[in-house]
Amino acid sequence: MNRTPETGFGPTRGAGRGVGSPESHESAAQHVTGTALYTDDIAVGDGRTLHAWPVQAPHARAEILSVDVEPARRVEGVVRVLTAEDVPGTNDAGVKQDEPLFPDTVEFYGHAVCWVLGETTEAARRGAEAVSVEYEPLDSLVTLSEAIEAGSFQGRRPVLSKGDAAAGLERSARRFSGSFEFGGQDHFYLETHASFAFVDEGGQVMVHCSTQHPTETQEIVAHVLDLASHEVTVQSLRMGGAFGGKEMQPHGFAAVAALGATLTGRPVRLRLTRTQDMTMTGKRHPFAADWEVGFDDDGHLTALRATITSDGGWALDLSEPVLSRALCHIDNAYSIPDVEVQGRIARTNKTSQTAFRGFGGPQGMLIIEDILGRCAPALGVAPDELRRRNLYSAGDITPYGQPVRHAERLEDLWGQLEERGDADRRRREIEEFNAANPHTKRAMALTPVKFGISFNFTAFNQGGALVHVYRDGSVLINHGGTEMGQGLHTKMRQVAATALGVPLGRVRLAPTRTDKVPNTSATAASSGADLNGGAVKDACEQIRGRLAEVAGRRLGVHTEDVRFSEGTVIGLGQGSMTFDEVVRDAYFQRVQLFAAGYYRTQGLHWDAARMQGEPFKYFAYGVALSEVEVDGFTGAYRLLRTDIVHDVGDSLSPLVDVGQVEGGFLQGVGWLTLEELRWDVSEGERRGRVLSQAASTYKLPSFSEMPEHLKVHLYERATETGVVYGSKAVGEPPLMLAFSVREALRSAVAAFGPGDVEVDLGCPSTPEEVFWAVRRAREARRTTRDHAAPRAGASAESAPAPAAVRG
Amino acid sequence: MADPLQITVNGELRTTEGLPPRVNLLDWLRSLGLTGAKEGCAEGECGACAVLVARPDGPERSRWTSVNACLPPASSFDGQEVVTAEGLGTAGAPGVSEDLHPVQREMAERGGSQCGYCTPGFICSMAAEYYRPERAPREDGADAHCGANGFDLHALSGNLCRCTGYRPIRDAAYELGEPEGEDPLRRRLGRGAPEPRPITVRSEESAFSRPRTFEELLRAYAEETDALLMAGATDLGVESNIRHLRPRLVLAIDHLSELRELSFSDDVVRIGSGVTLSEVERLLDGRVPLLAQLMPLFASRLIRNSATLGGNLGTASPIGDAAPVLLALDASLVLASAEGERTVRLSEFFTGYRETVMAPGELIRAVEVPMSQLPTTAFYKIAKRRFDDISGVAVAIAADVEDGTFREVRIGLGGVAATPIRASATEDALRGRPWTAETIADAAAVMAGEGTPMDDLRASARYRSAMLEESLPRFFAEFAAVEVEGASR
Repeated sequence: MNRTPETGFGPTRGAGRGVGSPESHESAAQHVTGTALYTDDIAVGDGRTLHAWPVQAPHARAEILSVDVEPARRVEGVVRVLTAEDVPGTNDAGVKQDEPLFPDTVEFYGHAVCWVLGETTEAARRGAEAVSVEYEPLDSLVTLSEAIEAGSFQGRRPVLSKGDAAAGLERSARRFSGSFEFGGQDHFYLETHASFAFVDEGGQVMVHCSTQHPTETQEIVAHVLDLASHEVTVQSLRMGGAFGGKEMQPHGFAAVAALGATLTGRPVRLRLTRTQDMTMTGKRHPFAADWEVGFDDDGHLTALRATITSDGGWALDLSEPVLSRALCHIDNAYSIPDVEVQGRIARTNKTSQTAFRGFGGPQGMLIIEDILGRCAPALGVAPDELRRRNLYSAGDITPYGQPVRHAERLEDLWGQLEERGDADRRRREIEEFNAANPHTKRAMALTPVKFGISFNFTAFNQGGALVHVYRDGSVLINHGGTEMGQGLHTKMRQVAATALGVPLGRVRLAPTRTDKVPNTSATAASSGADLNGGAVKDACEQIRGRLAEVAGRRLGVHTEDVRFSEGTVIGLGQGSMTFDEVVRDAYFQRVQLFAAGYYRTQGLHWDAARMQGEPFKYFAYGVALSEVEVDGFTGAYRLLRTDIVHDVGDSLSPLVDVGQVEGGFLQGVGWLTLEELRWDVSEGERRGRVLSQAASTYKLPSFSEMPEHLKVHLYERATETGVVYGSKAVGEPPLMLAFSVREALRSAVAAFGPGDVEVDLGCPSTPEEVFWAVRRAREARRTTRDHAAPRAGASAESAPAPAAVRG
Repeated sequence: MADPLQITVNGELRTTEGLPPRVNLLDWLRSLGLTGAKEGCAEGECGACAVLVARPDGPERSRWTSVNACLPPASSFDGQEVVTAEGLGTAGAPGVSEDLHPVQREMAERGGSQCGYCTPGFICSMAAEYYRPERAPREDGADAHCGANGFDLHALSGNLCRCTGYRPIRDAAYELGEPEGEDPLRRRLGRGAPEPRPITVRSEESAFSRPRTFEELLRAYAEETDALLMAGATDLGVESNIRHLRPRLVLAIDHLSELRELSFSDDVVRIGSGVTLSEVERLLDGRVPLLAQLMPLFASRLIRNSATLGGNLGTASPIGDAAPVLLALDASLVLASAEGERTVRLSEFFTGYRETVMAPGELIRAVEVPMSQLPTTAFYKIAKRRFDDISGVAVAIAADVEDGTFREVRIGLGGVAATPIRASATEDALRGRPWTAETIADAAAVMAGEGTPMDDLRASARYRSAMLEESLPRFFAEFAAVEVEGASR
């Protein structure tokens, strides 16, 4: 396989090969010419289409006493107002019966009470303004700490444990404790939620929806409308980004559009404005953690005891599995002998927090990375060294009882990255730079990622496909996965091209629809290529097996000696024929040229009550080395350079995989340093309102936040057995490579101080947070100089009294 | 009845009748089936809606200029030439062979698109930079802001991508060559841009009008003093899209030569209030260093291509970035009305939160910046994001330090009071004092108390005060070497 797994492929479109070839996104030409269609582009009007607009409640929590829609009906262009009375089936937008589509009680500021349909968006909006709702405001819980204090929790309260954490802490030579609260993240997919629904000539409800989970969208539309699943078809052509935000959240919007379409007999389009999207839909869960940790004299982790609380918002949504994944990733890549972590989900009057790339994993891992970053100075071990010393090695077992497959890769990746990143030389240069610059400091940090692949919920680990070979030898594939930009369709074409031995150009892909492949899992948990690739490969191999018999007879060789490659079918030692010829022969011999493929991940088991088992097929690994420069006057910083070595197994599609690594990394940088969700937590009228509700107040990374130098290397000789063509999942794991940036910031802040005291850094680590940390570091230096007193961190001494790192 | 709206899109004349003034260019384009441009934020922050417009580059030439289509009313483009991503090249389809524009080809081949939603906007911003006449290969190779091919990455500062992490987009930009001689869009640069046409469009609720002459504008504004003036619509568009403002009358002032002059005399630079910020940047060409320092930090290229100084000052926002700089430059404003003209110093222009001395029917005609300027200047914008963010605090400093003494100093501040302000007490604490760390420390303590900073989602009040305090030591550190040199002269 000839590939260049570095960043910066040359121009690559047109290589046109199967698995392992760097290929552009399969829709790249449509993307760049503006001809790729998204849900709301399909809905661009024929004049019959109606437009939907919500009535959003202006209270964090309130009883709805009455809804008067009459004034809206009088607004010109308003066609219908949808309320709870219109629902023929179940008034619920979720799967847990805790998310009424039209609520009686307002549970968060901006909660949609009802929806107005108009001839234009303007008419629907004016209609929504005219709807008169009488509210009885109720007390609300907006912050995580308010909810904890009030004992407001929801869902299960799992405990992850291994060994005896209390005894482990007791035995530890060094003990620390602290707390850490950090923020969530808005998905800010560039395409906001969109659905377009109509009833076709056969009475079937057709819904075009920007959804990661067409099957669940279909089921929820069906239960709201009181229809059977076969009466509803959902198509997800492509999404303008999703990142987990369209796994559960689209269903209610699709149901509203479908309800409107059935009641009016006209197509209904629903697309949220950015502010509606940011005020109505769930986000990454914020978390709070209280922890105690122990180390031995050499800086090896000995024990961890913690309580972690997520802010689930008003409804459960996916908060339980998100919490499970957070618990299962609190070890990140580190071996901890004794562990006890309690998890719980706070119920607050906020949007219902949901899946977001990493699905709780990043939050769990952030906690241990923060702990290591804070404790390193007191332990007298450089943070990079402290991390390396604690990496899992071969034979280790996770706190949930799963052997860490390929743990030895961590040390190998680490060594490779040190070398590729020229780390030793740069560490010396940074020291020189810092000695010469009182107002500007630089630092580097190296952090690892270990991320478990598979849905924790075992049943979701299945995929389906339907592959057609037409009589002319061209191939059309359908599979259950959705395309949100991650390149799944590109990979699936490559899988089919390789499995059938045809050029990539012979394989086309049909839009993802529930009437082609049913009962699909969400395209989530990084599993899209594993599950659907397995299914596509299975279907192709069935067809290829039949074709091999046809070709074998014709070429006079045993079936096992037939090879399929680039459109040619070779009988070993006996000549060849074209793929198209074999297909034609097969048709005339009445051989089936299409097949349904199916895949389920083998060997998984999970006891959710005990939090024990082997929930993951394998682990994806990666390491990142980032260098930052911090300005002491403002706390502003620049990301100078990042080097990454990441393990994607044998890459199915290297250009796509590098794109996932880089994009995930920068999205993580955004979460950890820049993107700050703010709610009004005052007791005023607008309590509970999302303050950062637009692109002007919620800042994503722009080109100025990317590293000035970025090099990604895909780990070589990385075959993962039992997964499609030896590949590994890549969607989520790279997000957590961004820890290297936050830890580098922490080290740069430390360089303003005496160097051996703890640096507590708020998260997201915005310039303001970094500035305050610099001030504290400088004060610590002054204190040290003036009094020559023992430093707070350095005096954090051995057991029994836990020396509080904080609080 | 008004004349139908006529706009040339991708070389084809499109005619629309009865379009309400509230309909923006983006929605109008999409209604034609040109759905490449997308709405990502509807406030000019994300660039998913970017398109190209032929704008004047002197009377004889044009410039392909990228703008946010989500902000301006479609009506304001009457008579204009617009190009969208669909018009630059074509993807292959049955009966159509693939013919990608160089910008599109680089983006497609290098992995510049993932979900593709932001891509058409990026393509347009990138194409504008591709055709920028001044773009030329550089001797010293590429850096973080400019390619070896002269591609200024700030051209993309108003485009957000959530998928790629930008590296492949930067690679695509830096690999672009020169437009070929026969490239029709390059050839188009050799002719003047179409004049914006005087037009009046009405719906039941509102009207949009572009007066023929400056006198006509002043008359209309005297009669309809609640009319909103619009140049680039970068503020009006946000008000319309986000807060659903439906003004009774919008008067477009984007074309009037009286407002579009930029001239130098011995005493002052006079900048017409309708000159776009990109034009100011280009025409001043670094001659007012403090303005040159401001420009790359002022919103994004997409916004600067439409926004004007007149708009930034006229809205009297306490967080506008132009005011602190112009206060430090001791600028004045030429105000005009049907009654005549008067000149007001900027330091006396703002009277309260979003209030000014302008009388009903009065507008800003020009900004006058004195030519003789204090030689040592700095502009500090404190924000979360390095570019294209809104200031938490903005500090502009202009000083004359001679023989080791502050002879004169002016400091303009934004984001710390209901209006942009001069830091007068701090100026007093510096003026006449020696250039020493002691002076700076004393003045920094005064600076920390300037204004009445508030807590909001951009910054805490405490951080704002700290940023005021830190700005003087920062200035001192930045110029220490220079001034020491000067003192020994």
